[in-house]
Amino acid sequence: MAARPKATPATAAATVGTPLLELRDMSIAFGGIKAVNHATVDLRRGEVMGLLGHNGAGKSTLIKILSGAYKRDTGKIFIDGDEVHISNPRDAKGYGIETIYQTLALADNVDAAANLYLGRELLTAWGTLDDAAMEAEARKVMGRLNPNFQRFKDPVKLLSGGQRQSVAIARAILFNARILIMDEPTAALGPHETSQVGELIRQLKDDGIGIFLIEHDIHNVFDLCDRICVMKNGQVVGTADIGDVTKDEVLGMIIAGKCPDRAVPGPGAANL
Amino acid sequence: MSDSSSSGRAESALAHLNVHVGPLSRFMRATEIDARLLGMVGALGLIWIGFHLYGALVNNFGAFLTPRNLWNLSVQTASIGIMATGMVLVIVTRHIDLSVGSILGFCAMVMAITQVWILPQWLGLGHPLIWIVAVIVGIITGAMVGSLHGWLIAYRGIPAFIVTLGGLLAWRGMAFLLARGETISPVDSTFALLGGGPYGAVGALWSWVIGLIACVGVIALILVGRRQRRRFQFPLRPVWAEWVLGALGCGLILGFVILVNSYPWPRGIVRQYAQSEGIQIPEGGMFISHGFAIPVLILIVVGILMTFLVNRTRFGRYVFAIGGNPEAAELAGINTKWVTLKIFALMGALCGLSAAVASARLNSATNALGTLDELYVIAAAVIGGTSLSGGIGTIYGAILGALVMQSLQTGMVLIGFDAAVQQIVVGSVLVIAVWLDTVYRKRAK
Repeated sequence: MAARPKATPATAAATVGTPLLELRDMSIAFGGIKAVNHATVDLRRGEVMGLLGHNGAGKSTLIKILSGAYKRDTGKIFIDGDEVHISNPRDAKGYGIETIYQTLALADNVDAAANLYLGRELLTAWGTLDDAAMEAEARKVMGRLNPNFQRFKDPVKLLSGGQRQSVAIARAILFNARILIMDEPTAALGPHETSQVGELIRQLKDDGIGIFLIEHDIHNVFDLCDRICVMKNGQVVGTADIGDVTKDEVLGMIIAGKCPDRAVPGPGAANL
Repeated sequence: MSDSSSSGRAESALAHLNVHVGPLSRFMRATEIDARLLGMVGALGLIWIGFHLYGALVNNFGAFLTPRNLWNLSVQTASIGIMATGMVLVIVTRHIDLSVGSILGFCAMVMAITQVWILPQWLGLGHPLIWIVAVIVGIITGAMVGSLHGWLIAYRGIPAFIVTLGGLLAWRGMAFLLARGETISPVDSTFALLGGGPYGAVGALWSWVIGLIACVGVIALILVGRRQRRRFQFPLRPVWAEWVLGALGCGLILGFVILVNSYPWPRGIVRQYAQSEGIQIPEGGMFISHGFAIPVLILIVVGILMTFLVNRTRFGRYVFAIGGNPEAAELAGINTKWVTLKIFALMGALCGLSAAVASARLNSATNALGTLDELYVIAAAVIGGTSLSGGIGTIYGAILGALVMQSLQTGMVLIGFDAAVQQIVVGSVLVIAVWLDTVYRKRAK
């Protein structure tokens, strides 16, 4: 019952070249509106991939396909080069894909430990819930993320925004994730907690986890991401190493769909 | 419960917290007794004393707080109480089941046909297996009806309100068709014991045995809970609070035993019994206690099992998670549709069990059995603190709620209100209970 993310250096070294994850040609439409339109994006081990774009660009929809919340119309998902079939959140978790949703997706009426283990409860030898063990593990992992957190008996709806956020993050890292999806993880946080999350992201990266990060703050993007992928109107504008682009160029990609020279253009790049 | 040294730190922490609060809230915090529970018990006490005093002053006879009435009250609560425990889960997941009364009527009819028309042909009249087969058939029938409702709601996306409103009519009609509107009576003589009555009660000795076992259970729960908290170094309740809780629990149980044991069999039944056993009735009559009625024991067992299900199993955890945030539960990988189907199947099975109790008590099955029960069951759950907006509710609360509803009903009959007034009062109480609940939750925020 390891309550911490585990490094997988062996596999990381063995399969250089094959990305950890590849989303190929993903599309989904809602009532005629193509929310994601033939998007292809990959993710390497120990990398933070920033997904950028306006509201409604299709970032959240794309990652919801990956986390099993939405069913795609077209496209294939590969993990370590093998095609996988994800049609619901259980499948995604089975492949070690964990998600921190923008809405946090917490069951408000139960306590932190119950939320951490929701869907994967620890059981006693008799098959009953082992609440004590779950609370003990919750105390450990929360102690690492948010040492001041003590409200283990309260339903999470009584917690502050930052505390709720740390519960959502703790849930994602509790189960040895290989791929972590973070949809605006710092939106509800103050400056101090934001820097804590940044620290956590670096730590998880060192453990070989691949992270998709949806983030609107351009400074955080340059601070945390290794690569970025910009989306506009459901299409990929371009993908670039963070060192190859300037902040202005990234803003140009987001606003005008203008793909700079050193980025790999996608189908959504404007023909200027 | 004598480990004051290891719990010293927790206690001093508690004491520190308690500097500025009154003795009542300090007591409630230390014992972790819920304010709602206390409120409900208070309301129940008011109802009981109110009806008793009204009877004493107006009719010169307070009939409410007598062993006889309270014993009957416990029996009458059983049928509604059994269904109310299932309704908690339904309402917690933001659904509703309007069809429970009709499912009860349908199941009762199926059971009556099984034990009166079908089984005697195969097994012979009065065969000892008849009652158990009938009960199992009834519970399975209920579970199947509930599964159908659950499937329509979860997998076909029809709102529970509509599915069960349709069920309310459809199953009542089915109950009528099954026996072409006939009343089937009498039921199997062993089956009839499930409904209570002098023979359908366990007597003084067994009531004491059950009561003492229950006391041991209460003490064991407190000790195990304490050990568990210490093992993981969670804050412990102060030792005096544990003692208070234990004494309260055992006191209530033993008080209930004394109550049911102080209601004697009526003289006619005693004479009948003495004749059949060949006993000479002594001068001044024989005092034979009823003891716990079998339907009450069924309710208690159902209550314990359902509490266990809700608090200690994955299923129960998922029910509450779905109620708190259906989308989050789905995203957490819970198969919410399957859980929903199971909730309605369980509700149906409980209707089947309740049908056994209700038809046994009546010693017959009529196609009108259980009419309007859905209102009492929903009212019981809601009065017991189940929130209609989902995610909140307790089994013990629903059983207490059923007791409140039945107390009102019985009390009004005792003091001679007519049926029309009773309906007005019950309807108003339901609305007021939901209103109070809304006010309470707003203030609690």
